[in-house]
Amino acid sequence: MKQKLTKWRLFTVFGLMALVLSGCGEPFLSTLIPAGEAGQTAYDIMMLSTWIMVGVVIVVSILFAVAVIKFRRKKGDTTIPKQVEGSHVLEILWTTIPILLLIILAIPTVIATFDLADTKAMDKKNEDGTTDAMVVNVRASLYWWEFEYPNQKIITSQDLVVPTDQKVYFNVKASDVKHSFWIPAAGGKVDNNVENVNQMWLEFDNEKAAEADNLFYGKCAELCGPSHALMDFKVRALPQDEFDQWVTAMQAVDAEAAEETPTDPTAAAGQEVFNQKCLSCHAVTTADARPEAARTAPNLANFGDRELVAGILEHNEEELKNWIEDPEQYKPGNKMTGTYGELSDQELDQLAAYLMGLKVEQ
Amino acid sequence: MSTIAHTQKRGFAGTVWDYLTTVDHKKIAILYLLAGGFFFLVGGIEAMMIRIQLAVPNNDFVSAGLFNEIITMHGTTMIFLAAMPLLFAFMNAVMPLQIGARDVAFPFINALGFWLFFFGGLFLNLSWFLGGAPDAGWTSYASLSLASEGHGIDFYALGLQISGFGTLMGGINFLVTIINMRAPGMTYMRMPLFTWTTFVASALILFAFPPLTVGLFMLIFDRMFGSGFFDVAMGGNTIIWEHFFWIFGHPEVYILVLPAFGIFSEIFPTFARKRLFGYSSMVFATVLIGFLGFMVWAHHMFTTGLGPIANAIFAVATMAIAVPTGIKIFNWIMTIWGGSIQFTVPMLYAVAFIPSFVMGGVTGVMQAAAPADYQFHDTYFIVAHFHYVIVGGIVLGLLGGAHFYWPLMFGTMLSEKLGKITFVLFLVGFHLTFFIQHFLGLMGMPRRVWTFLPGQGLDAGNLISSIGAAFMAVGIIIMLVNVVITQKKNIQVGRDPWKDGRTLEWSIPSPAPFYNFKQLPLVRGLDPFWIEKMEGKTEMTPAEPIGDIHMPNNSFTPFVISLGLFIAAFGAMYQADEGKGWAIPVLIIGMIVTFGAMLYRSIKDDHGYHIHKEDLLDDAGKGGTH
Repeated sequence: MKQKLTKWRLFTVFGLMALVLSGCGEPFLSTLIPAGEAGQTAYDIMMLSTWIMVGVVIVVSILFAVAVIKFRRKKGDTTIPKQVEGSHVLEILWTTIPILLLIILAIPTVIATFDLADTKAMDKKNEDGTTDAMVVNVRASLYWWEFEYPNQKIITSQDLVVPTDQKVYFNVKASDVKHSFWIPAAGGKVDNNVENVNQMWLEFDNEKAAEADNLFYGKCAELCGPSHALMDFKVRALPQDEFDQWVTAMQAVDAEAAEETPTDPTAAAGQEVFNQKCLSCHAVTTADARPEAARTAPNLANFGDRELVAGILEHNEEELKNWIEDPEQYKPGNKMTGTYGELSDQELDQLAAYLMGLKVEQ
Repeated sequence: MSTIAHTQKRGFAGTVWDYLTTVDHKKIAILYLLAGGFFFLVGGIEAMMIRIQLAVPNNDFVSAGLFNEIITMHGTTMIFLAAMPLLFAFMNAVMPLQIGARDVAFPFINALGFWLFFFGGLFLNLSWFLGGAPDAGWTSYASLSLASEGHGIDFYALGLQISGFGTLMGGINFLVTIINMRAPGMTYMRMPLFTWTTFVASALILFAFPPLTVGLFMLIFDRMFGSGFFDVAMGGNTIIWEHFFWIFGHPEVYILVLPAFGIFSEIFPTFARKRLFGYSSMVFATVLIGFLGFMVWAHHMFTTGLGPIANAIFAVATMAIAVPTGIKIFNWIMTIWGGSIQFTVPMLYAVAFIPSFVMGGVTGVMQAAAPADYQFHDTYFIVAHFHYVIVGGIVLGLLGGAHFYWPLMFGTMLSEKLGKITFVLFLVGFHLTFFIQHFLGLMGMPRRVWTFLPGQGLDAGNLISSIGAAFMAVGIIIMLVNVVITQKKNIQVGRDPWKDGRTLEWSIPSPAPFYNFKQLPLVRGLDPFWIEKMEGKTEMTPAEPIGDIHMPNNSFTPFVISLGLFIAAFGAMYQADEGKGWAIPVLIIGMIVTFGAMLYRSIKDDHGYHIHKEDLLDDAGKGGTH
């Protein structure tokens, strides 16, 4: 028994140490460091429930420990303990106290449930169909994310850009199988269903965003196939003025701008290759007028500005070429593999130069 | 036919044939134990592969596609093919004895239930060798399961359908048995808690499995016969699958955990030498949990977008379940309070169960708070929660139950020393594996990910979790060694081996004679054997004179009925492929085998046989109540 206890202690210490070392996780990813109102609401309920439950665990553990230690059978003890049938007082006590605790938890739960589902601002349409509320349409596909800004009339993918200090409303759907849209630091998730649009809102505090270098991680939370684990996206939360600059710059990448030949000859050759092999799926204008079903691959208009290649690889030409050469190796089961034939090394260099030059920010 | 011949020694082939045809609940229990134990090991190996893959970031021990197959099969195997049959093993072995019955109400159907489960499980696991296992998670959400290529999901749908029939039959059989076959004096409110939980779990099976059956049929028809229940392009709806699955899936949790509660409710009084505290409120809580279990399924769907009204209602309903569960926990603590606790291996499991399960219970209440669940859902927090419930509740119950009821089933006693080693390793490993996963989830790790990238603060937690899993594996291996050594030595321990048995199953020799009770016992209250012992008697008072006992004949028909469905499933699955003209005939042949065997059973009269009074008197040395 002694030895058992030491072992126990050792592992508890080991576990706790690991926890302390890793703290509450990373500010760009952890639900324990909420970045805005929606995340804070969830966090508050999580903490309230945790403390109530820690209380319950402590009470049960003490009773349990006392019972187990105090009433051990002594060696050779053959006495028969008193056979107790039960106790009405105790039964009533341990029925009512939990009910009271649950009421304490249930009331803020119900209030928060309705708060977080309040997306009425999305329905207040102006005459031209736009809304005063900041709205983003999120569409998930195997294994990438499209972000459409209906008011600003721009489309981007993989990197969601949002203004800070205001509620951002989302229309969430999927185009093939079910996914789930989750930015842990900003708040709870909602599923991307295939048959309907779900709505939610999130908010990013300016200060909290700054602490996370204005960059949060987003994840797919619903099993969607082999590369489910790699279906990450990034969220850049920018102050309003920077966001507005970004929108203006994005809007400038219209069809005309996209057709301009890059000045760099390698990139210009890359554009040729791109137009032949890639353009039928990937758009390079932010105002992609094609219907949703035709937008079968991520929009690349601002590819050069992105954080990662394909959501997982470091953003440089080398990794980009690796990715284009064999996407299957990096994201098994993706829909890009085998759709554009073999590319020569030279073509890969040219493509990479072209894609990296697709920037709207300086 | 001489009846006592049943107990004679047989050759190996004879023993196999005996088990293939048996309708005896005690032998069927052993079949469930063997098959469930085998699938438990298979599921355990799958679990180890998951933890090896996730021990370090960017690991490539298994590929992404294979990982999804492993997690799907781990979940499906552990729930349907390990936990359920292992509980069925104890229900079969113990419940009829606890109520003083000579067998279950329908021995033939009992055998049929086992063989259906077995062939369904076999079919599901053959997927590994026939082109790949299912890969859409044990929940098999419709959009992904329809998109999944190959035959994996077909194996899932057909295999679970067949084994589900078996489970449904088992549930109905237990219900009828408990309602009709209790010994004289065994009123409902004198039934041991394990019988009560078997009763409620069986009622849950009766109501929860039909939605699964319907959902699986829809999936089968969508995938193999061109219908469009879940195909949005054809006007279907995938959310319906989620509802069907969870209307089954949530009660399923209680189908599993209630019998485990029942096992603990037997272990606590036995080794504390004190009657169960608050028996009637325990019964009430069991029934209430079973009832509320049907009211809360949508808490698995808080993020599906059902809207705030549905989410709020289901949040509050879910919280309500904590109340009866709390009642049970406190009653158990009060049972050992003031008792005289002997720390045998079963008692150790029971004692460890309380804090472990409470941990799983409280995280359940935390998840009931919908806004918090928007964060918890589909993360490792959930993985931690349900493993605390399933391992901390059900598996500890199964391990404790295995040690507790081993003498009842085999007449031998597992080594206490090895048992304690297993216990320590398993318990330490369990908490090491799963406690840290709460924090992994909170730190942003989604579940069902086949790998994770470094630099997200998730490395240390995952490594610790994998180390813990190794402890559990070693613990289970030692348990297997224990079983082999014990059976090799084969030291028979006889009646009431724990000395403090309280209920009827301990009043007869262990293992029980094939007719269970020579004379049905007279039950004079709760814990009937304890009552007799306290009055200085060593045996139950019989409620009838010795007379002929009517017994059912063995039958090979349940095996054949199940085999037919197994064959037909291959036909159903492959007929959807191009150029497999043989599939439809196979489907038809399989169905002919099944229906032919059923017809044979219907028209052939089988009245069973009688054990004669004289033989019973001769058999005095073998036991009975006299």
